[in-house]
This record gives sequence, structure tokens and C-alpha cells, in this order.
Amino acid sequence: MDVDTVGKAAPAPPARSGWDLRLSSAVLLGKVASLASRRLGAGGGTALPGVLAAWLDSAALAKLALGLPRGTTLVTGTNGKTTTSRLLATILKRAGWQPIHNRAGANLASGVTAALLERSNLTGCPDGDSGLFEVDEAVMPRLLGAVRPRVVVLTNLFRDQLDRYGEIDFVAGLWRTALQQLPPETTVVLNADDPGIAALGRGIRARTVYFGLDTRESGDAPVGHAADSKNCPLCATPLRYDTVRYAHVGTYHCPTGDFERPPLDLAVTAVSLNGVDSSDVDVAASFGTRRWRFRLPGLYNVYNLLAAVSGALALDVPIDAIDAGVVGFSAAFGRLERITIGGRTLFVVLIKNPVGFTEVLRTILQEPGPKHLAIAINDNLADGTDVSWLWDADVEVLAGRCERVLVGGTRAGDMAVRLKYAGTPTNRVHQVGSAEQLVDDGLAGLPEGGTLYILPTYTAMIELRTLLSRRGYASYFWED
Amino acid sequence: MRLSLCYLYASGMNVYGDRGNVLTLAQRCRWRGIELDIIERGVGDRAPLKQCDLLVMGGGQDRDQVAVSQDLQGDTGKALIEAVEDGAAVLAVCGTYQLLGHYFKAGGGETLPGIGLFDAWTVAGPRRFIGDVVVRADLGDQVVDLVGFENHSGRTFLGPNGRCLGQTVVGAGNNGRDGQEGARYRNAFGCYLHGPLLPKNPELADHLILLALRRRHGDDVVLSPLDDSVEIDARRAMIERVRRRGRVKSGAR
Repeated sequence: MDVDTVGKAAPAPPARSGWDLRLSSAVLLGKVASLASRRLGAGGGTALPGVLAAWLDSAALAKLALGLPRGTTLVTGTNGKTTTSRLLATILKRAGWQPIHNRAGANLASGVTAALLERSNLTGCPDGDSGLFEVDEAVMPRLLGAVRPRVVVLTNLFRDQLDRYGEIDFVAGLWRTALQQLPPETTVVLNADDPGIAALGRGIRARTVYFGLDTRESGDAPVGHAADSKNCPLCATPLRYDTVRYAHVGTYHCPTGDFERPPLDLAVTAVSLNGVDSSDVDVAASFGTRRWRFRLPGLYNVYNLLAAVSGALALDVPIDAIDAGVVGFSAAFGRLERITIGGRTLFVVLIKNPVGFTEVLRTILQEPGPKHLAIAINDNLADGTDVSWLWDADVEVLAGRCERVLVGGTRAGDMAVRLKYAGTPTNRVHQVGSAEQLVDDGLAGLPEGGTLYILPTYTAMIELRTLLSRRGYASYFWED
Repeated sequence: MRLSLCYLYASGMNVYGDRGNVLTLAQRCRWRGIELDIIERGVGDRAPLKQCDLLVMGGGQDRDQVAVSQDLQGDTGKALIEAVEDGAAVLAVCGTYQLLGHYFKAGGGETLPGIGLFDAWTVAGPRRFIGDVVVRADLGDQVVDLVGFENHSGRTFLGPNGRCLGQTVVGAGNNGRDGQEGARYRNAFGCYLHGPLLPKNPELADHLILLALRRRHGDDVVLSPLDDSVEIDARRAMIERVRRRGRVKSGAR
């Protein structure tokens, strides 16, 4: 993504009247491309059809989105996009909606267009009633103009793939400008505990809904060193934190009095983390208070839960459907998915930036006993070509806690160095040359009933998924 | 033996994992039984720099760089120059490297003054230089291919008294034109290499530690060797990967 072009406005959706030959051709071309790429085994055909359709009709996305009577919801942010949008999709389906969802994580404009094409007939009418799209941070402004969303959900903003986006101030600036264009009918759902996100709700015409944590815990955790919003977004004075949940997420105020954590519309009032298994949460909102067992572990997933439920409330989904969706939800591939192979367990957790990596390690370490880990670091474009971020993650927490760590991927060596300087002895760290070796050696080194935690970056996760599905342990990711 | 390290502007100027440089210096001292005191010093802090043997600073976002520029124009900048003239070892990466030159003319047209420790100046260019870098540097007792990752819009040019850290083998370096990367003056080193720089370049890390130790404990100090095979393997793998990707201009070792 070229940072110079991402902020450009998309063409406004034209009024639909009669049969649109250009759109129909675009849909047809997209569908043919999707079929062809599946036949050729070139992958799930998740983005190419969208690219081709947009080439034939630049307004294809806008026109297709217009045909969704219940409107479109966009989910963006550095972390939690996939989990939040998947949970929201589950809730919407429980409510009897038929959302069109870019589930395979193809979150650029082409991927969103492709998801709509796939579910549209040749006159450009989608067979679903609503759109639910996770979108890339830098692409979000352009999509806002194109699809005119009913709800926009913003999860958080951390440093991530700086080689692609430049600085996070740049992304925040893009979002601020884009959100200011939204009309009062749109609802913007914001993470109140992330100061950089909370500040985006100020001075916009759209309705705002804030979510966050209101549990009573001591606030003695220091602000993480990978925190990016330690200063007041309005006056740049260092913020004071009453509680830090992780990184720069918490309860805060500016000592000058110009900015503080906004009042919560949806709040977690009690939380209990059950290792890598689940979390029990009390959530208070307009519906009263609900207690849920949420089957995704870690505090960061509690925030994803809040984001999805806030989105559902903004869409006027009844509480019964929210209840059913939350309790019945399970992980996507690579988001702490559990796979059992011959009495041994694989946990696969995507890592892509320092805050996510740190939170994943913290979650895994809630489980007692020495850990078997396999970490696969690639530096392809989709992973970020700069692996500096490994040094912003708190890999130090692993010291003394690992039985064995396998490292793989194109930058296995960098991970091995990181582990060494973080205090994991080099004789416990083994480099492997392939995804096969990562899984096979990892499983071979496990005791009966043991668990291997596999932490891949994005393209390493795709390799792993392909390998595990070839062996019959997991379905192809585009069939999610 | 004892050493004192000052980590300058840690909270703002650490966007690309540059704290890894401090972690690396700390561990390599610890493994040798060298006691290292680390103090952090931010914008507006007044802790004295005089007794610091080693000063480390990283890169940050524009708003933080403005604050650092202002801070360096005061007592901190003077103290920093005095420390360098007194033999202290310095590593400055990216945003702080730029401010150790005469000035940085930013993309918006405003000029951030520097402290002129290096005879160098920086002007923002139309596009960012982003990618893996290999730099051949002469560290006195050995020539090393340093690896890192650059991500900068500034073009840095050295004046007649400027001396570069090394020649680029891969990557744009200071300005994408003259094949030079970084700057050095006495025991101070500045460059654009994130990655972070020191973990995969242990020779440079040890060079800085040795310079700092000799400043405090005299010229007879020698460093005991460490097993750096993990670091060297990681560097070799990265150079091979860069070579396959086709960015190498001439034979990186």
C-alpha cells in the first residue's frame, strides 16, 4: 500500500436504475476469475476477482453495497479485526441476518469487492441483507466513502508494519479526516480505553458508542514500552493512567484536564481469565448486565468481544441473538485455534505486531508448566518486511518458562537472536527449515498429552494452514 | 568493571525496536560480568550526562522529533557534545542521528535545528527509503558488513569534515546517491539502521562497549570473547535472503 494514495476518496455510488451493463460485466468477470483461480489451485481466489471487477467498473463496490438493505458495517484497527468481525457475523446470523462477510481476511478494497461479487447475481444484486467487512487500517477511509457504512467499529491503534504505513500518527490522521465526513445516521463504535481511538469520537457528527473495561484492579502496571499513545491526543502532555490493561490501553486522563477516558456505553465490570481456554466476563450496557463464558482467551479478546457486541447493539440486534452468538463462538484459524493430533494438541496463534505478540505470550503463560513453542517469522510483504518489531515485544516473559522453542520462517535467525537476548538459553532454541519440520519436530518433541503453541506471522500461518489441511487436520482457510 | 549507559529519549524515540540496541549492550555486558548502570533520560530531564560512558538513542515519529530537537538545543545538547569530546561512546539511530547533524529540513518545510556534532545535514526527500540494508564499515581492527533495515524520508549529506560509518552494499544509505551510510565523530556513531542495529552486529556492539570501557578504565582493557554464532548465523541468513531478493549491489559477505 502506497501511503500517498490510500487517502483518496472513492467515487460516490451512483443512483441505481435499471440494468447496469458495466456492473454486470464486472460481476461476470469477477466470478469467472474466482472460478478459474480455484480450478488452477492458485489459492482461494480471495482478492483477484475484486481487482478485475474494479478494473471494469470502478464503482462496482459502491453499487453492490447499495443493494444491502440492512447496511454495511466496517471493522478496522491494528489488532482484533478478524475476531471482532467474525464474532459480529456469528451474532448477526443468530439474529436471522444474512451478512456478506470477507471472512478469509482479504481486507483490502479488492477483497471486500470480491466478497460482494461472490454473493451477487449477474444484475449486481447481492443475496445477503447486510455487509460486514474487516478492512485494512489504511484502506478504511476510501471504503468509508464507497460503501456509506451504517456502523464503523474501531478496535485499537498500535504500531504495525511501519514499512507499509509509515508512522501511526499518519494512520490516525487518515481516520480522523475520514470519520469527520460521516453523517449523523452513522454510528462509530470506539475503544474508549485506547486514547488514540477515543479521541477520534470528538467533534464528529456521527453517533458514538464507547466500550471499555471498568473492573477494579490495582493500576500499578507500567505503560508498555511498545505503547504508542502515551501522550494526550489533544495537547501532547503525558497521560496519567489509573489502570493499564496492556500497552497503552487502560483508564487515563490528561493532567491538564482537557481529555479523559470517555464514559462507557458498554463496560466489562468483572473479568476472570481462564488460561488459554476462555474468559468469564460481566458486561453492562443498555440491556442490563450479562455474564458470559467467552471461548477465546486473553484480555485482548475481551476487548474484541466488547467491540463486536457494541457493533451488534448499534445495529439494533436483540440481546437474545447476542447471547447466543457470544456463547456459541469459536476461534478462527490462527486465532488460538486448537487442533488435536494423536493425543497431542496444537494451538495456532497469529502474531503480527509487538502488542499482539506480547499479549499472546502472556495468555499462553497463564497455563502452568514448561512450554513447547514454535515461532515462525516471515518477512514477506503481508508480514511486514521489517522485523524490528520482535524487539518491541516482551519476549523476556518466556525466560525460564520454555522446555523447547522451535524457530522457523524466513527470519528464523532473527527470532533466535531475540530469544537469546531475552534470556532463553540457546540450547533450548532450535531452528527448522520448513513448516513441515516445524510441525513434525514440534509434535515429536512433545510428551503424550502435551501442547505445542505455534506462533506464526501471517504468511507463515497460511503455509501452516495449507500443510495441516493437506494432512486432513484443518479445512482450507477460504472455506471458513 | 563498571559502566554507565544513558538511554536518551526512550519513550518517544523507539518506534522501530531501537530499544533492542540497549538490551543488546546490557546483555553483552552482563555475560562478561561488567556491571552496567542504565539511566533513562527524556525530554526536559536534567540528569547529568558527564559520568555516562555510553549514550544510546533511537528514531521516532515527527512530533517526537520536534520535541527532541528543542531539548537538544538546551543543556542536553551541550552536555552531549562535552561527553563526546571527553571520549564517551554514542549510538544514534535515524531521527536522533539526523539531529546530531547541523539541521533537518522536514517535509513540511520547517527546519529542525541539530547540534552539529556531525558535519552533516538532512533534507526530507519525496519518497521514503524502505528496505534491508548492508553496510561495509571499518571498525578499526576489523571490517564488518553491518545489516539493518532503513525507513527514512530524510536525505543526509556529509560536509567536508564529515566521515561516514561505512559504504552501502545494499540499500539507499544516507541519501541514495553517494553510497555512504551514517556518520562518525570520535567515538560517536550515527546511522539509519534499525533492525535493531546491534543484535545482529555484535562486533559494533562490542566496539561501543570497548570504547566506553577504555574511557573509564584505561586503554589496557580488553573484552573477553563471547559465542556469537546465533547472531552471525542470523546475519548471514539475512544477507543471503537480500541477495536472493536482488537488492545487493555488489558482493556482500
